[in-house]
Amino acid sequence: MFGYEFYVDTSRCIGCQACVKACEECDTHRGVSMINFDYLDRPNTIETSAFVCFHCDEPTCAMVCPADAIKKGEDGIVQSSLKPRCIACSNCVLACPFGIPKLVPEYEQMVKCDMCYDRTSVGKKPMCATVCPSQALAYVRSEDIPKLRREKAINEIRFGNEVVKTKVFMMVPQDGEDRISLDAADYMWEGEPNEPGTIIAR
Amino acid sequence: MAKPPASIAELTEKYGPHPNYVPIGGWQEQTSNPADHLVKTHCCFCGQQCGIQLKVRENHVIGFEPWEDFPFNKGKLCPKGVKRYLQSNHQDRLLDPLMRTDTGFRKADWDEALDFTVRRLREIQAKHGKDSVAVFGGASLISEKSYLMGKFARVGLGTRHIDYNGRLCMVSAGVAYKLAFHVDRSPIQWEEIARADVIFVIGANIGECYPITTDYIWRAKDRGAKLILADPRMTPISRNADIYMPLRPGTDLVLLMGMLHVVLRDGLEDRDFIAEHTSGFDEVAESVKSYDPRSVGERTGVPPETIERAARLFATAPTGVAMHSRGLEHQSKGVENVLALINLTLATGKIGRPGCGCTMITGQGNGQGGREHGQKCDQLPGQRQLTDPAAREHVARIWGISPDELPQPGYSAQEIMNAIHEGEIKALVCMCFNPVVSLPNADFTREALNKLEFFASIDFFLSETARHADVVLPGSLQEEEEGVVCSGEGRVCHIRKAVDPPGNARPDSEIICDIARRLGKEKYFPYRSTREIFDELREASRGGIADYYGITYEKIDRQMGVFWPCPDLDHPGTPNLFEGGVSFHHDGKCRFVVTEWRESGDPITPEHPIFLTTGRVVSQFLSGAQTRRIGGLVDMYPEPRVEIHPRLAAKHGIADKDWVTVTTKRAAITLRALVVSTIRPDTVFVPYHWPDKKSANMLTHRTIDPRSKIPEFKVSACRIAKAERAPEEEL
Repeated sequence: MFGYEFYVDTSRCIGCQACVKACEECDTHRGVSMINFDYLDRPNTIETSAFVCFHCDEPTCAMVCPADAIKKGEDGIVQSSLKPRCIACSNCVLACPFGIPKLVPEYEQMVKCDMCYDRTSVGKKPMCATVCPSQALAYVRSEDIPKLRREKAINEIRFGNEVVKTKVFMMVPQDGEDRISLDAADYMWEGEPNEPGTIIAR
Repeated sequence: MAKPPASIAELTEKYGPHPNYVPIGGWQEQTSNPADHLVKTHCCFCGQQCGIQLKVRENHVIGFEPWEDFPFNKGKLCPKGVKRYLQSNHQDRLLDPLMRTDTGFRKADWDEALDFTVRRLREIQAKHGKDSVAVFGGASLISEKSYLMGKFARVGLGTRHIDYNGRLCMVSAGVAYKLAFHVDRSPIQWEEIARADVIFVIGANIGECYPITTDYIWRAKDRGAKLILADPRMTPISRNADIYMPLRPGTDLVLLMGMLHVVLRDGLEDRDFIAEHTSGFDEVAESVKSYDPRSVGERTGVPPETIERAARLFATAPTGVAMHSRGLEHQSKGVENVLALINLTLATGKIGRPGCGCTMITGQGNGQGGREHGQKCDQLPGQRQLTDPAAREHVARIWGISPDELPQPGYSAQEIMNAIHEGEIKALVCMCFNPVVSLPNADFTREALNKLEFFASIDFFLSETARHADVVLPGSLQEEEEGVVCSGEGRVCHIRKAVDPPGNARPDSEIICDIARRLGKEKYFPYRSTREIFDELREASRGGIADYYGITYEKIDRQMGVFWPCPDLDHPGTPNLFEGGVSFHHDGKCRFVVTEWRESGDPITPEHPIFLTTGRVVSQFLSGAQTRRIGGLVDMYPEPRVEIHPRLAAKHGIADKDWVTVTTKRAAITLRALVVSTIRPDTVFVPYHWPDKKSANMLTHRTIDPRSKIPEFKVSACRIAKAERAPEEEL
C-alpha cells in the first residue's frame, strides 16, 4: 500500500499473540505462523515482544544463500525462499541478525514473513498489524506516525559497529527513559522494620 | 440423582474437550475452495464485542476476516477472536438430544427428550410447588434469548428462581452504579478513555481480559496521559504504568478510601461539582477521615507516598477515567469497593464531561445486554425492578398475564446452588452456564447437582455441568441465531446468523419455546423468529431504564451500533450518560455512598497464611467450555499453573515447573509452579478456566456480597507446599 510503512513497538506488546494466531490463517502458509514471538524473561518480567521480518536493505539471508533462492522485490520486501531453488540448508536461519527465517521441515524450505503480499497487493494491511490490539505491530501512513506516537521511528539498527538498514521501523523512546524495576516486591511497603502490622509471610 | 453416568475419562473420550486445530476439510481445502461469503458479526467471547467477519462456505464457518470499518475495534482482535471460528464444525458438537442411561448417555429424538423433560418438570412442580424448579441462564446469550429465559421461568414455569452466570461477573458494579447513578451501564463510550489525561485502572487485567481496550489507553498515553494501576500482580500493561500499586488482595476498599482521604486533606476536591451535582458528600468525607496514608499503607502494602502521588495525580489532572473489573468486584465487599471508586471520581468532578468517567469493564459477550432484560433474579426487562408495582404492571400487560401471576424475586445463582444442596430446589433447567467450573467450592457444586431429582441442560458441547444432566438438549452457537448483544460501552450490536445449527441441534430460542409449548403455555411464546422476540423486548423495555424501543436491527447496521437508552425510532442513542453531571436519579444528583470496611469471608490465618486470587489468561474464556476445545488457544496456556513470587517459592523450596499443592479450607489441588517476580510474595494466583482436579474453584469459598450476591473469587486464604508427584487425573 503506497505511503504505508510497518512499525514495531515492543513496549506496547501485551503478549496476547493475536498476531501469531492470525498469521497462521494466511492462505499461503495456513497453520504456520511467521511471527517471531517471545517472552523476554518471564521469571522476572511480563515483557513480551512480537516481530515480523525487518526486510533489510541488504538482506543477510539473501547474501549467505548458496542457492540464490532469496529475492528482494522492488517494493523492498524480502520474500520467502523460491521453492525450486531452496536446498533447506539453514544458512539464512543462522545468519539473520534478527532470527527471522524459519526452516519448515514439512515444506523442506525456508519461509518467512513477506508482509502479507496477498493482502497488501489488494489494498489491505498485513494481517498481524490489522489484528494487533495494542499497536505493537502497526501498518500506518509514514506521515501519520509523528502525529500518532510519542516515540520516534528508526530503521537503522546497530550490531556493534555494523549498521543494518531495514524497511520495517522500530519505535524507540524520544529520549532515554529511566530504567524500571519489574519486581512487584520492589513496589510494596511492609511497614517500618520491626514494626507490627506486617504479619504477611515473606 | 443427577450424577455423571460414567467416569470423567470415559465422558471426555466421547464428548471432549478435544482441541480443534484446523477448519473443516483441512488447510488445503481453504485455498482450493474459498469462502462464498463473509458475515459481518461480532466475536462470541468477551464484553468488548469486537466486530469480526466470518468466512462462510456451504453453511460452514471456515475462517475469519478482520472487520476494519467497525468503529470499536477497527479490525483489531485478540487470539480468542482470531480462532473463535474453530468452535464451528467441531467433533465434540452435540448433534442429537441425549438421555442419561446407567452407563452414559444415549441419543434420543426431540419428542422423547422434550416430553420427558416436560413430564418431569410437571411432576416435580406438582409435588413440591412451582419454586422447586430453578432456571439458569447466561450472559453469552443474545439479548433475545436472555429475555426469553426470564419470561420462560416466570410465565412458562411460574418459578421465581431464575438467575444467570452474570451473577459471577457484573452484579457488584451493577448494584453500586444503581445506588450512585440509578442506572447499571458504563457511563461512557470507550472513546472517552482515549481523551482522558489520567487513567486509573484498579482490579482489571486489561491486557489479557480486554486486550482491545489497550489501544484506547495507549492512545491516551500518546497524548500525554498518565496511567495508574492497582493490582496484586503486574499485568501486561503494568510496565507502561506511571504509578503501580501492588495492593494486598481484598484491601481495595482501604486503598480507595485512603486516596479520597488524601484528596480531601489536600483540598483537591471539585467543590462546585460536589455542591451542584451530588448528595451525601459530608458523610463520605467523615468516613475517610481515619484513612491516613500511613495506616492505609500498612493495611494495603502500598507505600504511603505512592498512595499520595496516585491520589494527587488523579485529582489534579483536568480529565480522567477510573476503570475497574472483577478484581474490585469479586469480593464479599465488591459493592463497597465500586462505590469507593465512584466516590473518588465524584469528589474529583470527573463525571459527565468529555474524557471523564468511572467505568466498569464488562466481562461476558453479552454481559451488559444479558443483565438488562429479565434473566436476573430481581429484574424485569428494561432494567426494571421486579418489586416495583408499575414495572410489574407494564411487563405483565405485554406478556398478557395479570401482575399477580408474576413471581416475586427469587434466589441468586449461588443461593440457587445452595438451595439445591439443601433439597429446597429439586429440578434445574440450565443454558449457557457451567457452574461446576465457574461457581466457588466446586465439590459443593457437584454434591448439589448430584442431588437434583431432574436436570435438563441445553448445551452445544457437553460441558462439565451437562455431564450431570438427565437430558441434554443440543442447542446453538452464537453464529447460529440472529439477535443483538450490548457491549461493555453500552453499544447494542447486531449478531448476524452465519450458519444453521448442524445435525439435529436446534436454535436455543426454539428449544425454550418448544418446552413452553409442551407445558401448555404456547400462547405466551408464539415467536417464529428472534426478530419477533426482539420486537416484544423493545416494547417490554419501553420507558424503562434500559430503553430499547427505538433500536432496530436495521438501525444498528446503519449506525454501527446504537447506545441505549434509545426511547424512540428517531433517537440516535446515548453514547455518554450523565452529560453535565446529571444522573438518572429523580433529582438528577449523583449519590456519594458511605462505605464500610469488613473482613474477607476467608481471611488469612497462621494455618492458611497466603492469599489466593484467581482470574483469567488471554487465551481462555470463562469456564473454557468453548476455548478448551480450540487447539491454537489450548497450546498457548495448556494447563493452569500457580504463580508464585521467587521469595515465597524459595521459602518452600519450589522451583519453576515443580508440582505445588495449594490447600484451602475447602480442598487441595496440585498444579505446576510458575515462579515469577510479577506477583506479590504473599499472594498466589491460579487461573480458573479448567475443571475437576485442575479447578481453581475447588479452592474458593462461597461467601457472597450481601447486596450483589457475587462470590469472593479474588480473596481466599491458602497454604502451599511442594508436591512430590503429579496429581491423579480422576477426582
